[in-house]
Amino acid sequence: MEAMRRLYAGYPAPEQGLATLTALIDAPRAWRRWIRPQAAIDGDFTLPGAIPMAIRHGLLAMEMAMNMQVALGERRHLLLHAAAIERGGKALILPGESGSGKSTLAALLGEQGWRLMSDEFVMIDLVTGLALPFPRPISLKNSAIPVMEALIADSSRFGPLLSDTPKGMLRHLRPSARSIAAMDVPAKPALILFPRFGDDAAAAGISQSELFMRMTEGSTNYVALGQPAFETLIEMVRTIPAASFSYPDTATGLAIVEQFCAEAGL
Amino acid sequence: MNDARVLTRALADPISAIEIKPADWPALLSIARAERLDGSLGYRLADLPLPDAVRSALDQARRDAEAGRVQALWEVEMVHRAFRASDLPLILLKGSAFAYAGLPAAIGRQIGDLDILLPRDSLQAAEEVLLANGFEWVKNDDYSQGYYRQWMHELPPLIHRDRGSAVDVHHTILPLTARRTPNAAALIDASVALRPGIHILSPADMIVHAATHLLADGDLAGGLRNLWDIDRLLRLFSVDRDFWPALGRRAVLHEMREPVALALRLASNIFATPVEPRIAGHDRMRDSLFTRRLLARDGWGRETRPISRLGFYVRSHWMRMPPMMLARHLWTKARAG
Repeated sequence: MEAMRRLYAGYPAPEQGLATLTALIDAPRAWRRWIRPQAAIDGDFTLPGAIPMAIRHGLLAMEMAMNMQVALGERRHLLLHAAAIERGGKALILPGESGSGKSTLAALLGEQGWRLMSDEFVMIDLVTGLALPFPRPISLKNSAIPVMEALIADSSRFGPLLSDTPKGMLRHLRPSARSIAAMDVPAKPALILFPRFGDDAAAAGISQSELFMRMTEGSTNYVALGQPAFETLIEMVRTIPAASFSYPDTATGLAIVEQFCAEAGL
Repeated sequence: MNDARVLTRALADPISAIEIKPADWPALLSIARAERLDGSLGYRLADLPLPDAVRSALDQARRDAEAGRVQALWEVEMVHRAFRASDLPLILLKGSAFAYAGLPAAIGRQIGDLDILLPRDSLQAAEEVLLANGFEWVKNDDYSQGYYRQWMHELPPLIHRDRGSAVDVHHTILPLTARRTPNAAALIDASVALRPGIHILSPADMIVHAATHLLADGDLAGGLRNLWDIDRLLRLFSVDRDFWPALGRRAVLHEMREPVALALRLASNIFATPVEPRIAGHDRMRDSLFTRRLLARDGWGRETRPISRLGFYVRSHWMRMPPMMLARHLWTKARAG
């Protein structure tokens, strides 16, 4: 609880203290409170078969429980599994699975003149087509942790270092104060880039039909939202330039992103 | 706050929701989601002056229910098209029936599988049509197939390979092994055509089925939603003065007099549903056990009262099959892991 309070220091409290979603971590069996205690992920919306975690990874379990509520429960906006950053009112959307490096790229750019909008979920307004921020703490993994520690002097923005999690080494990073202060300020999606960490530097275009398919795959509520989501997504793939790129190291990745942004006028 | 009364009160008396304190809303919303009544709550509280965050959450629940309704109606249409070619009748049950008929129980209701009822001698033909139209067995092992076919009131569950939707094909409304034997032929004879080839149960039979589903065929998990169905349906059907006598007759015909009476008393107790006292009978001591079980939720939406739940779980199996058969069933299930 203490770790959560510190990680979320500076976030505004809900109006009248009224929360409308419940995320929960709890002992999967009563005796797991005492013997090798575990935290099971729970809440209003749940997936069967989620594996309980060791209690010392409770902070990660809680973040995952919150993510699950959003992924399964959100019905106001089209939800994209992507990071997003903003500059000059225009948003760059970085979709990708975990391991693609989207969080790391977004976290780095979020400290270098861009505003971090989200590292996990981008919400698209079904009426305006604007991207809405969701600046929750960034989960830095493995080699991304020392990179960000070197860049950010303020250690209070980091959560505790969690080792041996199912995702390896993990440490949460609170987004910048500017990012949190602007959590209600939307931006117009102007470019979509699919990063892939690991291979030699290369870039490739993406056709509109491929983009559409990739975006539906990366959305947890596209099907549930029905026609409005279809129309919003069609409009997005018709108007927003998109490409994929691979990169061997972070510096190269950043350079490729900046080059694409220059071409797209971002 | 120690049980789901906060939800049942808001559903039965929406105006009372204006008085709910901000600190109590999270529990109400969690319990509503856990009982799959958030869509129903969303419509009941739609026009009230509530906090913005609550209105937004309820709006979301309404959208979800509406998308589900469209999906369910589409599923009815697809199965209807498949059946029409073979001249098979289609009697809709539960959520799909409420939605297709536009009954008040459908407002905001989540609809799960498509449940349909067919004469037992049409079962083979229906199975072939469904398999030919993209449906596949979920459980294709010999024990499951044999278990369903020999003892149950439905075919083993089928899922469509493209749409992912499930259809449950019933030939009656209780397992063949259950203590009570509803009259399936009478259910089918009295069914009401909404359009050629698509039927729903008659009003009285619909209540008998809802009471069966709530009390005679399960451990009451998610029972509040079934009881809310009963409330919504009774308030509409009882406008017809022939309805209560018909319900009394059909309950006896289907060997469901006590479950129907108990369902009426529970609806009256929990949702203040107006019911006919001659059918509902007097409150009994054990009614409170059912009420406690139905309302067993904590402020996080989690189930409480484990002993009550276990009792009702055992009861559900006890009603479904004789003891030796139960022992054999549980033994096989346990070995299959």
